[in-house]
Amino acid sequence: MTNVIEADHLGKHYRGTWALRECTLAIPAGHVAALVGPNGAGKTTLLNLAVGLAAPSAGAVTVLGGRTAGSRAALDGIAFVAQDTPVYQNLSAKDLLHLTRNLNRHFDTGYARGRLGELGIPLKRKAGKLSGGQQAQLALTLALGRRPRLLVLDEPLANLDPVARHDFMATVMAAVAADGVSVLLSSHVLAELERVADYLILLSQGQVQLAGKAGDLLASHHMVGLEELALAYLRKTLEVAK
Amino acid sequence: MTALTMSARLGNDTDLRPVPWRRMAWVTWRQHRFALAGVAGLLGVLAAYLVFTGLPMHHAYAAVAACRPASSLACGNATGDFDNAHWSTAEAIAVLLQVVPALIGAFAVAPILARELETGTFRYAWTQGIGRTRWTLAKLVPLAVTVAAAAGAFSVLFSWYFKPFVDQGLQTRLPPLAPLVFDLHGVAFAAWTLAACSIGALAGMLIRRVVPAIAATMAAWAGLALSAGLFLRQHYLTPLVAHNPNLPGSAWIISSWYTGRDGKPLSQAAVSQFLQGYHPAAKQVGPNSFQTNLDPVGYITQHGYKFWVTYQPGSRFWPFQWIEGGYLLGLSVLLLAATIWLVRHRAA
Repeated sequence: MTNVIEADHLGKHYRGTWALRECTLAIPAGHVAALVGPNGAGKTTLLNLAVGLAAPSAGAVTVLGGRTAGSRAALDGIAFVAQDTPVYQNLSAKDLLHLTRNLNRHFDTGYARGRLGELGIPLKRKAGKLSGGQQAQLALTLALGRRPRLLVLDEPLANLDPVARHDFMATVMAAVAADGVSVLLSSHVLAELERVADYLILLSQGQVQLAGKAGDLLASHHMVGLEELALAYLRKTLEVAK
Repeated sequence: MTALTMSARLGNDTDLRPVPWRRMAWVTWRQHRFALAGVAGLLGVLAAYLVFTGLPMHHAYAAVAACRPASSLACGNATGDFDNAHWSTAEAIAVLLQVVPALIGAFAVAPILARELETGTFRYAWTQGIGRTRWTLAKLVPLAVTVAAAAGAFSVLFSWYFKPFVDQGLQTRLPPLAPLVFDLHGVAFAAWTLAACSIGALAGMLIRRVVPAIAATMAAWAGLALSAGLFLRQHYLTPLVAHNPNLPGSAWIISSWYTGRDGKPLSQAAVSQFLQGYHPAAKQVGPNSFQTNLDPVGYITQHGYKFWVTYQPGSRFWPFQWIEGGYLLGLSVLLLAATIWLVRHRAA
């Protein structure tokens, strides 16, 4: 089984401060991996490095079994939905489907149109006129229509109401069940990922504190919930910092 | 998921073919058609104005040019009348057109990258399978080339419109190398438009916000255009030197001065003081009109002083056009290359 992301002493600094330091991890394929940590822990930095938007200051990161992050081969197999799900506000859903189809080697227009139909998102409506939840669903549909091997989501639930959160995760889990797509999603609220994540990476102060399969981590730490486990670790790192 | 797409996904993907360029053509058109329509509208309105005012003007000019004998008082008056009727409009248009390349670069090109970065949509665009280098090239290059070509076509029309004022036959209003006309003729207008586009692209990538990028593009373009017109252009080729004050009207005069008997340049004050002793004889040519053959240069040179003038002859128009067009093309390529480098290395 290949690793969807492999980081080797990966580091990134912005204007003298390290956003991510000495990050070494390997996330195997076939998981819904939750990247968890407080604000400013380096989650977005790690995701930007993985999708090739940022270049490492130190170390290296590869994706999908050894492809250089950001290379054409890597981009071909990864779909990324950034925080606040940016899409062109002045384009209709239909135009955005066509746009994404033209920007990729393959795009499953049938799936994407069907998905938007089920969600009740009108194809002719401009993205800017959709609700926040609908925009998030649209961005997710554009990403899944590419049939990626790895779906990367940065704080996908942060600005959604509870119903939209549920619907968004239902779409993700349906794709996991149908396609076996690997998922890496970040959040600063673990509670909402408890039910779906089966792999956990805990990031704090730019460093990986804990990484592994959810079941293994819980068993070895004698805990029942991921949130409890994460809290225990975060408290520990804060005490060390003091 | 069908077996077909599955095998395509799991196939040998080390030698992936890139997404073809023609797919990007649709993207560029769909996202920038309003900017292109804006450029077409601006140039179209200006072109229509040139045609509607130019046709009657050329009609009037043909009559003036046909006046014989050309040195007669009547022909001189006809030339003067033509000048009075049309010069101020033509001059105003030429002044207005100076800023057109900057407007195109600032409003059509600078927002392309700046808006992506300002709204965060670059995180979508630059993580698609096409890759951000291809994406950027396929947006900037066709747009810049298209608007530069449109500007080039427009300057052909302007050359026709403005011909009476740079014509050699008549009293020449402006030498073809003069700042107001040179950059609207030949290849210069297209080259300045291309330069404005590449400045806009780089400003958008560096500044990452639409409004400041527009302002910076205008400022940078104005600085470059002013320094070219006021300082650089006169040095493209070594100016010629003459002692004759009666140069042809096509000559672009760079500077003129006098030297005294000792060969040292005279100050303006010294020349003025000397001229106070000059009292040209007035000759009565009519009941109430006098004609004075003013020739201060002749008067001064008779007294052992020497007149100097450096100038660029009108015959250097095309060499100068190619020099200016050439370095602006080089600059544009450099700025676009810098933009692409930044896109590749400074995305997030």
